[in-house]
Formats: sequence, structure tokens, C-alpha cells
Amino acid sequence: MTGVDRDAAGRAREAVDAVYRTDSRRVLATLIRLLDGDFDLAEEALHDAFAAALQRWPRDGIPANPRAWLVSAGRFKAIDAMRRRARFDARLADVAEHLASSRTDQELGDEDGVEDDRLRLVFTCCHPALAPDARIALTLREVCGLTTEEIARAFLVPAPTLAQRIVRAKAKIRDARIPYRVPQRADLAERLDGVLHVVYLVFNEGYSASSGDSLTRPDLSGEAIRLGRLLVELLPEPEAEGLLALMLLHESRRAARTTADGELVLLDEQDRALWDRALIAEGCALVEHALRSRRFGPYALQAAIAAVHAEAATAEATDWPQIVGLYDVLLRADPSPVVELNRAAAIAMRDGPAAGLALADAILARGDLDDYHLAHAARADLLRRLGRVDEARAAYERALALARQEPERRFLSRRLTQLDG
Amino acid sequence: MRYLCLIYDEEAKLAAMPQEESQAFMREYFGFTNGVRESGHYVAGEALQPVATATTVRVRDGRVSATDGPFAETKEQLGGFYLIEARDLDDAIQVAQRIPSARTGSIEIRPVVDFSQQRPSS
Repeated sequence: MTGVDRDAAGRAREAVDAVYRTDSRRVLATLIRLLDGDFDLAEEALHDAFAAALQRWPRDGIPANPRAWLVSAGRFKAIDAMRRRARFDARLADVAEHLASSRTDQELGDEDGVEDDRLRLVFTCCHPALAPDARIALTLREVCGLTTEEIARAFLVPAPTLAQRIVRAKAKIRDARIPYRVPQRADLAERLDGVLHVVYLVFNEGYSASSGDSLTRPDLSGEAIRLGRLLVELLPEPEAEGLLALMLLHESRRAARTTADGELVLLDEQDRALWDRALIAEGCALVEHALRSRRFGPYALQAAIAAVHAEAATAEATDWPQIVGLYDVLLRADPSPVVELNRAAAIAMRDGPAAGLALADAILARGDLDDYHLAHAARADLLRRLGRVDEARAAYERALALARQEPERRFLSRRLTQLDG
Repeated sequence: MRYLCLIYDEEAKLAAMPQEESQAFMREYFGFTNGVRESGHYVAGEALQPVATATTVRVRDGRVSATDGPFAETKEQLGGFYLIEARDLDDAIQVAQRIPSARTGSIEIRPVVDFSQQRPSS
């Protein structure tokens, strides 16, 4: 091979890699639609198409529209596969012929159509008829392109278990005929809620892992934010904007949430110079837009609270009355004991620790949050600020007994030591 | 594609319903059935006698045993079914959510196997 050929081959390989990173999920989404919702056939076709690109692009040059080339190649590969299998199943021959004769040029050229395919993929992966665990796994696998091993590692699940979940979910999509489409307007709000919930669960697992040595898994938060951006871009509903804003505002504090040696730093003690101003600006703009729509919900409200924190120069300078007011609205929109507890903490900042403690005690007395370590930690903090050391110690000990995450456990242990000092 | 909608309801609750209420419930069912006939979803549907009338048959090692009732002690019992023709699962859910018992009990939707359209396992 001559030097020139090697350069061309190298450039083509780089181009294939780049298109794989940016566009493989879009190509997959379109192939799933063209192949009538058959996920497995579409994945196979996607890999065949990229294999073909590696062979052809060095020889023929990089096509003007690489994505359309890949969709078209994938479609032909799938037709080939169906024709091969048709020897055993006469019906597949008809499907293959129908597919071969149908025109897709228009659909491929239509950018909106292609974007809709990605949205279809998200809604199908998050369909309420699939088990919640399967929705998360399928979304990360099909929409984000994470490998089964990566998802299994992130959620501390054995890889074969996770692979089983994905196989079962795909079988249900095929056998129960879960449609490959964005729900109609009448069902959209309810279905979008489910999608946003999956995205938020992925984010939370990355932002505050439920157990284990590490406080965060930035790769998962990154994927959730990418999904959030995709949703806002394709379906600019106020709650989608609210969720993206909420994730961006949390993410903006990542560098300040832990010390260099991985210890937890609470919001009021964080070095605000470390907060990411660009993410805050983007998050705040989204919140404002969502709130102006007047069709906002719990995500936009939580984002609004995060935005008030983000805009304060210091913890003391925070507009606590506004935060309490936002919690009041949130409590009406989406009542929960955890929201009540957070509101109690905000009241403590506005009216003093005694007022907050009375509310926190009332919530715990109902028994709703008795097993929630953060409820006991919050109560302990209020008791500490009131100088009621013995009660504070008992509450920190209760929190420590319930906490499952190592950095949180070390934080609570430090607080206990500080009480004695 | 065909889906079977299995209707689960609490027999005890239905039996305890005042006559007026139970008649209204039946009228709702008639209305629903007419609706799905008109929309072209209806294939078949029946209401079942209570679980007390049920007999379970098993053959083990060539020996037949017929016993009283289904064994499972669940709160809700199978009380009837609709067999419907629907475009996809979302269409089937649209139909099933209008079955009156969806509000009092639950509806299980199961796709029916079409042996003429089996896909090859891959």
C-alpha cells in the first residue's frame, strides 16, 4: 500500500469512528423504524453498515451524507439477512420484498423525520408496559449506546442479569407489539413523566450513587444530561426544561461537593468559586422559560429552588423566604415527606433552628421517614445548632446506622467527633 | 393483532353491591361492549360465573384429578374477558382502560399468539 493510500485509509477510519460516536444512535433509531420495530435486526444491520463503511469509504471516499449512507446500507443488509432467513420462513420473503421496494430517500432527507426517530426510541424504551429496571437498562443501551457491561457496573448488577433484562424487554416490545412512536397528545403528559423519571433516576445514580465507595459516577450524570438536552431539543415541554435545568444546576456544583480526598462537603460549606458558572447560566435560563409557561411541575420547581441557591454569593446571602415559598408551591404540586423535610430545613434557615426542628420532629413522629438517614442527619444538625449535644449525638448515630454510602458515613462520623470536641 | 383482556375483580365486593349500583355497573358494561363493537375492536367477550363454580382439572401420570375452584387465594378473581383486535399495545391499552372493571379491579392484557405469523427465533 502506498503512503497516499494509507493516509486515505486512516482518514476514512477516523471519519467512521467520528460518525459512530455522533450518529450511530440516530442511525439505529431510524433503522428500528424502517425494520418495523425489530430492535435485534436493526442492531445487527447497524453493525453491518459500519463494517461496510470501513471497507468502502477508504476506497470510494467519504459520502456527502454519511448518516443517510449508513441508514441505506443498514437497510440493504437487513433485507439481505431477511432473504437469507426467508429460506426457512416464506412470510419473511414478502416482508423483505416489501422493504426492498419501499422508498426511503424522502424519509432520509427529512431531518425532522430522523429527529423524530430518536424521540420514538426514547419513548419506546421508557414504555410503562416495561418493568422500571428494564426501562433504565434499555434506554442506556439503545439510546445512549452504553455497553451492557458499563450499565451493569454502574448499577452494581451482574452483567448476565442486566443482559437478561434487556433481552426480555426487547422480546416484550416485539411480542406485545409496543408501538415505535411518540404518544399522541392525549397520552403525552403521562408518558413524558415516565421518560423524565427514567432520565432523573440515571442522573441521580450518577450524582449520588445509592451505595458503594464512590459518591458519584460522572459518566451516568453526563448521559442523563445528554438525554435531557435531546428531550428539550425535540420536545420543548416545560417539565423537560425543568428537569434539564435541575440536572445542570446540580451538576454545576460537582467540583465543590467533595474535597480532594473524596470527602463530602455540604451546600452551605462549599467553595462557590468552584461552581460552574456556564452550567448555572444555562440552567437558570431554562428555569425562567419553564416557569413563564405556567404549565410547569415538580421538576421546574425543584430547579427554581436550585437556581435560588446558585444565585446566592454565600450561604447566608441566600434568599430563604423565596426558597420556603417555592417549597410551599412544590408541596402542593407534588406532596412527599422528603419535600416536607427539605422545607423544614429552609424554614430553619429563615426562622431559626427551633422552628425547623419542630417541623422535622412532626414529620418523623408520623413514622414516614424513620428509615431515611438524611432525615435523622437533618434533625441532628438542627439539634447541634441549638446546643442540644446529647440529642444531636443520638440522632447522628441513628443516621450513621442507616447510611449505606461510604463518604456519607465518614461525614456523619466526623460530625460525631466534632460534637465531642 | 389480537389481545385477550382478562378482567379481574373482587367477587365479594361485586356481590355486596347494592342492586341499583350493580345495575348501573352492568349498564356501563353494555355500553362499553357496544362501543368496542362499533369501533371494530370486538372479537369476543364473556362474563364468567363466580369462582365458586370453578373446577380445576389435572392429569398426572395418567390419573385425572378434578378439584374444587382455583387454588390461588388472591383478592381479585378472573370474572370475564374480552378478545379484541388492536393495532398495537397502546391501542389495546386504550380499549382496556375503558372496561368498567379497570376502575374497580384490574385488566390484564395478553397478546394472542398468531401461529401463522411466528417470527424465526434469532
